[in-house]
Amino acid sequence: MQTYDLEADGLRGLNATLQAASGNETGWEVVNPRGSHAIAVGLDAPLDVTVKGSTGYYCAGMNQQATVRVAGNVGPGVAENMMSGTVIVEGDASQYAGATGHGGLLVIKGNASSRCGISMKGIDIVVGGNVGHMSAFMGQAGHLVVCGDAGDALGDSIYEAKLFVRGSVKSLGADCIEKEMRTEHVEKLTELLEKAGIDADPSEFKRYGSARKLYNFKVDNAY
Amino acid sequence: MCGIVGLFLKDKTLEPRLGEMLTDMLITMSDRGPDSAGIAVYGTDRDGQAKLTLQAAEPSQFEGLAEEIGKEVGARVEQRVIDTHAVLSLPKDKLSAARQAIKRLRPDIRVMSAGDIIEIYKEVGLPGDVAKRFDIPKLTGSHGIGHTRMATESAVTTLGAHPFSTGADQCLVHNGSLSNHNALRRQLAREGIEVETQNDTEVAAAYLTWKMQQGHSLGEALEAGLADLDGFYTFVVGTKDGFGVLRDPIACKPAVMAETDQYVAFGSEYRALVNLPGIEDARVWEPEPATVYFWSH
Amino acid sequence: MSDNQKSAPRTLPKYSNTFTPDVNAEIRRAAATGIYDIRGGGAKRKVPHFDDLVFLGASMSRYPLEGYRERCDTNVVLGSRYAKKPIELKIPITIAGMSFGALSAQAKEALGRGASMAGTSTTTGDGGMTPEERGQSKTLVYQYLPSRYGMNPDDLRKADAIEVVVGQGAKPGGGGMLLGQKISDRVAEMRTLPKGIDQRSACRHPDWTGPDDLEIKILELREITGWEKPIYVKVGAARPFFDTTLAVKAGADVVVIDGMQGGTAATQDVFIEHVGIPTLACIREAVAALQELGMHRKVQLIVSGGIRTGADVAKALALGADAVSIGTAAMVAIGDNDPKWEAEYNALGSTAGAYDDWHEGRDPAGISTQDPELSKRLDPVEAGRRLNNYLQVLTLEAQTLARACGKNHVHNLEPEDLQALTVEAAAMARVPLAGTSWIPGQGGM
Repeated sequence: MQTYDLEADGLRGLNATLQAASGNETGWEVVNPRGSHAIAVGLDAPLDVTVKGSTGYYCAGMNQQATVRVAGNVGPGVAENMMSGTVIVEGDASQYAGATGHGGLLVIKGNASSRCGISMKGIDIVVGGNVGHMSAFMGQAGHLVVCGDAGDALGDSIYEAKLFVRGSVKSLGADCIEKEMRTEHVEKLTELLEKAGIDADPSEFKRYGSARKLYNFKVDNAY
Repeated sequence: MCGIVGLFLKDKTLEPRLGEMLTDMLITMSDRGPDSAGIAVYGTDRDGQAKLTLQAAEPSQFEGLAEEIGKEVGARVEQRVIDTHAVLSLPKDKLSAARQAIKRLRPDIRVMSAGDIIEIYKEVGLPGDVAKRFDIPKLTGSHGIGHTRMATESAVTTLGAHPFSTGADQCLVHNGSLSNHNALRRQLAREGIEVETQNDTEVAAAYLTWKMQQGHSLGEALEAGLADLDGFYTFVVGTKDGFGVLRDPIACKPAVMAETDQYVAFGSEYRALVNLPGIEDARVWEPEPATVYFWSH
Repeated sequence: MSDNQKSAPRTLPKYSNTFTPDVNAEIRRAAATGIYDIRGGGAKRKVPHFDDLVFLGASMSRYPLEGYRERCDTNVVLGSRYAKKPIELKIPITIAGMSFGALSAQAKEALGRGASMAGTSTTTGDGGMTPEERGQSKTLVYQYLPSRYGMNPDDLRKADAIEVVVGQGAKPGGGGMLLGQKISDRVAEMRTLPKGIDQRSACRHPDWTGPDDLEIKILELREITGWEKPIYVKVGAARPFFDTTLAVKAGADVVVIDGMQGGTAATQDVFIEHVGIPTLACIREAVAALQELGMHRKVQLIVSGGIRTGADVAKALALGADAVSIGTAAMVAIGDNDPKWEAEYNALGSTAGAYDDWHEGRDPAGISTQDPELSKRLDPVEAGRRLNNYLQVLTLEAQTLARACGKNHVHNLEPEDLQALTVEAAAMARVPLAGTSWIPGQGGM
């Protein structure tokens, strides 16, 4: 385990070090994050990075392969455009968590704010608490699991992302509907909860997805 | 586009450190707003006394002001000059007469704030420099709000800096961009409400002033703003007793709150809050869209 | 009816200038379909343009340079403000962002080939980077768009520069569209979308709003790419002074401003024709913003939207741009709207030169299509050669004009080398009306 003091040694050094790291030195601890932005971004190796404290915008942005844990809260856009790997947030996440993520697993143990999983493209997101308004807006692919409640306009203009919510949904967005929970969905949900290490009963969740009515511009063909 | 900080102290023992804590928070928001900075501080209530914060291009313009205004309104007026600003202390019942006298006798001097306890300082420049010029770290009080500005469409000037006064002991700061402020400015002009700059935030401040003149509470005025103010905004309003927060219904502009037994704090980013005592164990959350929040003593 | 009335002279049928046949046809189309008109391309209406300006050239007081023999350089460096590896181009004309999806793979390859031969850059578009495009483009700018379709950190690292797209001239404030006809298997896979749907792109970025947030996004992009690559910020021409100022404050290395004549693959006609200002009108505003910040020539300005000739290039540079970017003209150079396909254009209800139904994916020239048979019509090697030829002509023309004004580098052209033929152009370009010293709004006689 190596320790990097962000306050003392600066952001550029941290990211350059982690981006170059591979092989044996896979365990890293980042201390004094103090809400800084762009911590541990652009990683592309099977590292294990723990950030001891809360972060600003875009923590673990565009992550590939690495496991990044944040022992604190994260600012906007955690794990944005993640491709693979795992990002675990012990506290809460601000808006845009997992935005446009293509793959990997994002676990938020607390609550996520608005637009969680916006334009998600294959990422799996598991939120232990609630998500804010406009979550999974234009979600294209992947899974968003919400163990608490969802805010307004869940899944607005959604494409093929699959949403599972245990608690209440304040309102559904345009073209998002409740869907049947079939065996394969229960299996997938069970797998995601297990991977996320969150204890919740899959049978208590409801599934939401696209009604696919916005897929084509409506033209009046009556003439 | 900007950075906002706010601090509302529950623990009186922190009051001597208000200016210092707010300055520290403000400086972390320099990247979000390098053009100008401002701060509103709510100090100690002195029985029967009111305060006017004034601004002039040159400190020399304040020479002899207190005597002149005192003579004019027939009361003892004290004056403290800090760089381009001056704070006049005077009997509460002479406040409006003093404002009129200043307008008449010293038209080049602007009123930044008026009320029992509010003081507003704002200038062009980096937040750290502005705080230093006005010796903000030395200020004491129960609560305050600060703002760092990245000018969008209006000029980088002292008057374009936030906070904007919205009435006695009230002020407003804003992060975002309003989309109907020009039409609103014209409407307010017809109602006799003066807006001095092309700044969208000043229009929002004037709108709140107008609503409150019509008998609405600040909370009601903010609620009405949800219907009448179009665009993107996170507002923080200062009042004599505390502060309030309102985000637009889309709520894209950032806002983080933290609360402990000692304080309630606001920051555009979490970075603004990291040096507050006990922040590690504070309740940290984000205000909901289109919801008016208030904290008061 | 009496005989008298029958033989009396009659008023000729008269079309309204308000309700023209075009307008009425559009009303009938709207009434029949219930959907707005979608098309490709840029504003087609007449707006003040570079044609309304002329160079003064040399005379008794200024001395020209000889063609070919006396040097007139055209190189440009983009991104010198913060990037460790700024882009160096031989010519100040770049290829604008056009997506694979909007264009065929062959067309994208042709653009890469032509640009590389000419020593300039080409740009990806909404939908990601294809290997063909990367392989054929010596210098490739990677667009970072609100949709983030196909957005991949590996591609980000492969790019030579990153262009954060806030907007484009055809639709400032609008998101992209790609209709189902063009969402082929490959396009669908690259964008993670179901095949055949009518795709709408977001109009705002998903994880930031406004310049204060953009500053942090730019920090992240730089941290991911080791501070090597220039970061451009592209905006549609709306409020060029403020937009330029804010892009610079947010940390851009290069500002790209796209005028209303700039094209799009598909959007609402009402957007194309009614939002944004002409290219001519935005350059001086943007340059004024850079000058006020002390950043002119330090943060480079690229201007696009209706650049067609070397004269357009030279005039844009004279007004203060560091480079220009072409899209529509490059498409025409590789074969778009070629009269040789006239019969097929007619079959589509259009005519060569007017064809703008790029969203339908039935382009006879094989450029704005994903149809494999149509796409095959475009030979990327031959089309690349044509684009290179065209870029060479633009450069030679710009040099010709610069030499005539006595300049040994095209960047030494100045607004004072220009006069305007119309009051409108004089006002927008802030150069005197020809034969006077009058600049509307700026005084003079």
